[in-house]
Amino acid sequence: MIPITLPRPLLFIALVLLALFPLTGSTFYIQLGAKILIMAIFALSLDLLVGQTGLVSFGHAAYFGLAAYALALISPKYEAANLWLTLTLSIGIAAFAALIIGFFVLRTTGVYFIMVTLAFAQMLYSVFHDTPLGGGTDGIYINVRPELTIAGFKPLDLENPLQFYYFVLILLIVVYGLLKRILHAPFGRALAGIHLNEQRMRSIGFPTFGYKLGAFVIAGALAGLAGYLAACQFGFVNPDILTWQQSGTVLMMVILGGMGRLHGAVLGALAYVLLQEILSAPAIVGSFAKHWQLAMGSLIVVIVLMFPRGIGGIFDVALRRYSYRRQTPVP
Amino acid sequence: MFYLIQLLNAVQYGLLLFLLSSGLTLIFGIMGVINLAHGSFYMVGAYLAYWLAKLTGNLWLAIPIGSVITLGIGGLLETMIINRLYQRDHLYQVLITFGLILIFEELRSMLFGNDVHGVAIPAALNYSIPLTDTLSYPLYRLFVTGVCLIIAALLYWVIYKTRIGMMIRAGNSNRLMAASLGVNVPLLFAWVFAVGTALAGFAGAVAAPISSVFPGMGNQILIICFVVVVIGGIGSINGAMIASLAIGLADTLGKVIAAEYSAIAVYLVMALILLWRPQGIANRA
Amino acid sequence: MIGETVLEVRGLRKNFGGLAAVDDVSLEVQRGALHAVIGPNGAGKTTLINLLSGDLPASSGSIFYCGHDITHLTPDKRSRMGVGRSYQKTNVFLGFTALENCRLAAQSRSQRPLHWWRDAMSDHAQLEKARGALVATELIERGDEIASTLSHGEQRQLEIAMCLATEPELLLLDEPLAGMGAEESQRIIAVIARLANTHAVLLVEHDMDAVFQLANVLTVMVNGKVLVTGAPSEIRANLDVQNAYLGAADNLP
Repeated sequence: MIPITLPRPLLFIALVLLALFPLTGSTFYIQLGAKILIMAIFALSLDLLVGQTGLVSFGHAAYFGLAAYALALISPKYEAANLWLTLTLSIGIAAFAALIIGFFVLRTTGVYFIMVTLAFAQMLYSVFHDTPLGGGTDGIYINVRPELTIAGFKPLDLENPLQFYYFVLILLIVVYGLLKRILHAPFGRALAGIHLNEQRMRSIGFPTFGYKLGAFVIAGALAGLAGYLAACQFGFVNPDILTWQQSGTVLMMVILGGMGRLHGAVLGALAYVLLQEILSAPAIVGSFAKHWQLAMGSLIVVIVLMFPRGIGGIFDVALRRYSYRRQTPVP
Repeated sequence: MFYLIQLLNAVQYGLLLFLLSSGLTLIFGIMGVINLAHGSFYMVGAYLAYWLAKLTGNLWLAIPIGSVITLGIGGLLETMIINRLYQRDHLYQVLITFGLILIFEELRSMLFGNDVHGVAIPAALNYSIPLTDTLSYPLYRLFVTGVCLIIAALLYWVIYKTRIGMMIRAGNSNRLMAASLGVNVPLLFAWVFAVGTALAGFAGAVAAPISSVFPGMGNQILIICFVVVVIGGIGSINGAMIASLAIGLADTLGKVIAAEYSAIAVYLVMALILLWRPQGIANRA
Repeated sequence: MIGETVLEVRGLRKNFGGLAAVDDVSLEVQRGALHAVIGPNGAGKTTLINLLSGDLPASSGSIFYCGHDITHLTPDKRSRMGVGRSYQKTNVFLGFTALENCRLAAQSRSQRPLHWWRDAMSDHAQLEKARGALVATELIERGDEIASTLSHGEQRQLEIAMCLATEPELLLLDEPLAGMGAEESQRIIAVIARLANTHAVLLVEHDMDAVFQLANVLTVMVNGKVLVTGAPSEIRANLDVQNAYLGAADNLP
């Protein structure tokens, strides 16, 4: 199975669509779009672990939520915080947590790994839920979004939904590009090798623990970025952001979209959020809307049983004709 | 005396965890399936007990009937969905059973709503044994402990002393070999799964008067079961017992020392074990 | 040209429960020599290789590599020191091309800066090493094929090529000829013979023709113990060895 690179023209078209989309005007859709982009970053971060390295983390929401809480806790009550400072700090905290937790969980493999990542995330949830840190179950409000200033000049007003959307889009592009670079680089190739056969990787001289930990930390940091943006957009953080349901949801996005493909993660995020919107909209499904999770759960079961390669996998057949094969297969 | 009460609580909680975790670890050890919806069966058992007790006014009837119904649901699920997961990646098992959780939760919401419901302790057991002037211990909790011990003993007997248990342990190590020896593997698996879920349902039913029934109750305790299985080692009943009791102690101790942080205590124990023995306590592999 | 001692094993033992799969085994391998380990099935030969490569921890005894005690080192550390190991059951990266398999192996030796930024294919030195390994195992023509599409024999060649790409001094070859036909076997035998000139090679094999063609020294293992070690002609004439094989009712694959 050769993973396929999205051909340049398609990538370009997707970019153009994403850039032009908000000009349709409706604030609701712009905000929905921003939410999808944020989830896309979240899904991309997990794809590095699950799709590329084969590390199925069921506790990825921990880093997403931790960064969100970091912003909420650092932000002044009625003023705008400095974006650079808070963003760096939030991502740093998420990355540090990933370093510590990774040190423990990467001692396990397979099913054990799934279970302990879940357990550690649940531990963090308990911290925020049971203790007064972060307002307990009440949560914390972020009344004013952080301020983006460069040398005293404010290029983007993040309170404006349209500008916020473009801000997130730029970040998504940066993250996508960064991950692509990493995957083509020796580090990424080593991760791919670990995914295929970790024992052999050790046998030929790779200290695989270090590589896995590196991937875990990068994934945690990027999840933190997504969490930070989510907190910005929503303006409110409570323990629900760290639940295992959240971890399961992002895992679903990665798999639904087709793993090991960066564009798959983005597609998965898009599909899931849209699906959730549709299934929970009374205008479309009537009174069944409040039980959307029933439909969602059923859909998941059906889709995973029928399409093990996800939506991205369905694309593969079409893409195969237009893609170019490199000597080294990369996603 | 106070510590006696805490110890009794710890043992009771630990044994309840054992009932749940043994099903989980067996299903994983024998069929290689990680079933996130296992906690949902705990919830199913609890809600069935609540509903049947309300219907018949008799918890003594509600518990066994509820357990049998859970057995049926589990068996049905196995033959329809779970049996397709045996050869699949754990990732897909996680995802599909995650979908199942959503379905179970929503069905519960539709049938019973989202409120917390109490379940009445049967009159015969609604009594507290006085221990000192000021302290007493609920008889029902002792009853739960006793019942769990009986079931645990039964489980040990079946697994280690009977032919069926031998077949189960054989299926654990080598499915093809077991099949070639004449064991009807699909049927065996269906029963193992169903019994595992019935254990979970039974645990939920007997615990209902103590913990009440509430949304998400299954998932909360499922994660603790994961910790038990990680510590005890997959497939190991012994490990599950030791770990369950250890977790019971840790949790109770945590509540005594610092109530807010008690949940965290359990995970800290897990972290320590991970440092020392990542493959679990009782696992020989 | 036989050179210095590269591998020295002293009193190596591995217990599984009460059973000693490898029981007080000692041997030496020099550079430029090919030391073959033979014995009936279940003699502990693959366990021995696993102990030497680090895939299994030893219960007692020591392993010295170029004078260094590697007994307690992890497999990746041993590999980086120069120990290369091929597997009996093909253990290559099936999803990658043959060239990528070798390039990745070569990559383990270079920890260049910007390891996460530069394109992996831009390191020409590494690609040269990878190609070199493919040339040495006569697989260069199939370099761009995905490993899963290679024939069984070619996959066995790739096993060895991956080993070579890490530029080892000691080669531990675990039944490289397993499952190969006569013609393919001859090719691999020629490859191994060439390698034996420049490396220290420990070879575990069932194919007696190949073993007697290639080996300078033979060690016969039975039930985890070393029965006898000596030159091929001595071993062939040794009565104990003949009994061991006849007794086990199998002497050829």
